Amino acid sequence: MTRRRIRTWLIGGIAWFVAAILFGPIFWMTLTAFKTEGDAYELALFFSPTLQSFRDVFARSHYGGFALNSLLISVGSTALCLVLALPAAYRMAFFPTSRTQPTLVWMLSTKMMPAVGVLLPVYLLFRSAGLLDTVSGLILINTLLNLPIAVWMAYAYFCEIPRAILEAARVDGAGVFHEIRHVLAPVALPGLSSTALLLIVLAWNEAFWSLNLTSAKAAPLTVFIASYSSPEGLFWAKLSAASLLAVAPIMILGWLTQRQLVTGLTFGAVK
Amino acid sequence: MLLQLPAVGVLLFWMVVPLGLAVYFSLVRYSLLNPDLRGFAGFENYQYLWEDPSFLPAVINTIVLVGSVLAVTVGGGTAMAVLFERRFPGRNVAVLLAIAPFFVMPTVSALVWKNMILHPVYGVAARALSLVGLAPIDWLGGCPMLSLIMIVSWEWLPFAFLVLYTSLKSLDPEQREAARIDGAGGAQVFLHVILPHLRRAIGVVVLVETIFLLSIFAEIYTTTSGGPGHSTTNLAFLVYSLGLLQFDVGIGSAGGILAVILANIVAFFLVRMLATSLKQGA
Repeated sequence: MTRRRIRTWLIGGIAWFVAAILFGPIFWMTLTAFKTEGDAYELALFFSPTLQSFRDVFARSHYGGFALNSLLISVGSTALCLVLALPAAYRMAFFPTSRTQPTLVWMLSTKMMPAVGVLLPVYLLFRSAGLLDTVSGLILINTLLNLPIAVWMAYAYFCEIPRAILEAARVDGAGVFHEIRHVLAPVALPGLSSTALLLIVLAWNEAFWSLNLTSAKAAPLTVFIASYSSPEGLFWAKLSAASLLAVAPIMILGWLTQRQLVTGLTFGAVK
Repeated sequence: MLLQLPAVGVLLFWMVVPLGLAVYFSLVRYSLLNPDLRGFAGFENYQYLWEDPSFLPAVINTIVLVGSVLAVTVGGGTAMAVLFERRFPGRNVAVLLAIAPFFVMPTVSALVWKNMILHPVYGVAARALSLVGLAPIDWLGGCPMLSLIMIVSWEWLPFAFLVLYTSLKSLDPEQREAARIDGAGGAQVFLHVILPHLRRAIGVVVLVETIFLLSIFAEIYTTTSGGPGHSTTNLAFLVYSLGLLQFDVGIGSAGGILAVILANIVAFFLVRMLATSLKQGA
């Protein structure tokens, strides 16, 4: 029994050590955000915390503007994704045909195209459509990137709903609208809301297209942080404060979507 | 049909139009700096790209980066999944901490690592090395590719871990019990029970990561800008610099098409497996 206990503690110790190493950079960034620029270069774990760096970040940049862009882009693209994905998933889950499976696999295959392959055409299309450096342009791109994930996840949730419930409602004479509103929505809502959260996380952290398609006006936080690459990157406390603000809210959302993240990003292959 | 039409139509457009344009651009002379230069070029762009001194290094760098990160994340992720699957105090919190890096936006990861960890004098890595009496290393200057692999692996290890951990939890405990009763040791259980169970999940991780890793860009853009020399230029960064810095759309598109081909070679082997397992699952 005691040997078993020692084993448990040993395994726990190693696991916690691994987790601490992985979380280390984030922990370090969080600490540094509350230090003065002078203290930032010290390894000290104990220091007198200050909010000066946060004040500096707000004073020297339109942080709010970038954050607003990030918010508009992630919420906007998520809403658009759901509007497009839900009817499709509804149809495919409840009225499947012989073409349903091939369609789903084909949707998945659109994610197989590396972004860099179409960077230049998309850039030029955006330029001629006047979409460069606009929030609507990035909403569009993120919608396209995340639509297959949205369809797959909504499809997976709809498939879990027993067909009998819907049939019972139909026998009772419920119309399609009534059926969706009072039968489908209550059952599917928890799954769909975590789908939405995952889509928000993905769009919030999107960097490739944001860096290439925006400059100043529509730049989200990913692009704003990139502007710290030089020479402001040497001001660790300010870099950390700006980064912490950009990362913390989405990390909490990410933690909440832990399970859906696996299902969504593996297209239901791992549940 | 009407209900899925918008989603299908939008994705069809997204798949066909940009890719078709990329193929077309890669076959014509198209420079944003010199609009008079036009006309069909055949495979000239590809030939030019092939002769470009940065091309072969970019292909090799792409393969090295994707391959190394895959090895680290799949190997490390499997080990972590097996480790975290045991019960220990505070396991759920430890899992949350371990997966946190995946939610950090790429530009933040790259800059925090570049400045605060890999800084040759003040970075945590340099301090740690000097604690044990080793000389500090100029990470991004001296071994840029290794540094980049470290940063990207840190971002993707949590993803591999989380997928494999989730998959491992669905392993029937009785199966493992049975193997144990038959006298299988820890290593044998791992090789003959755990690994076969994880096969599909590993395939998915390799596929998803490959697609994302082929387009690694923000990390390079914010740390090394492809340098020193061409030592960290991958295909994504090469296409960006050919097309959007040197404004040669034709040659840049040829590079993009090559990245698509590379992705399809990987996808060809994995999608089939994935598609059949998806059908079983659905």
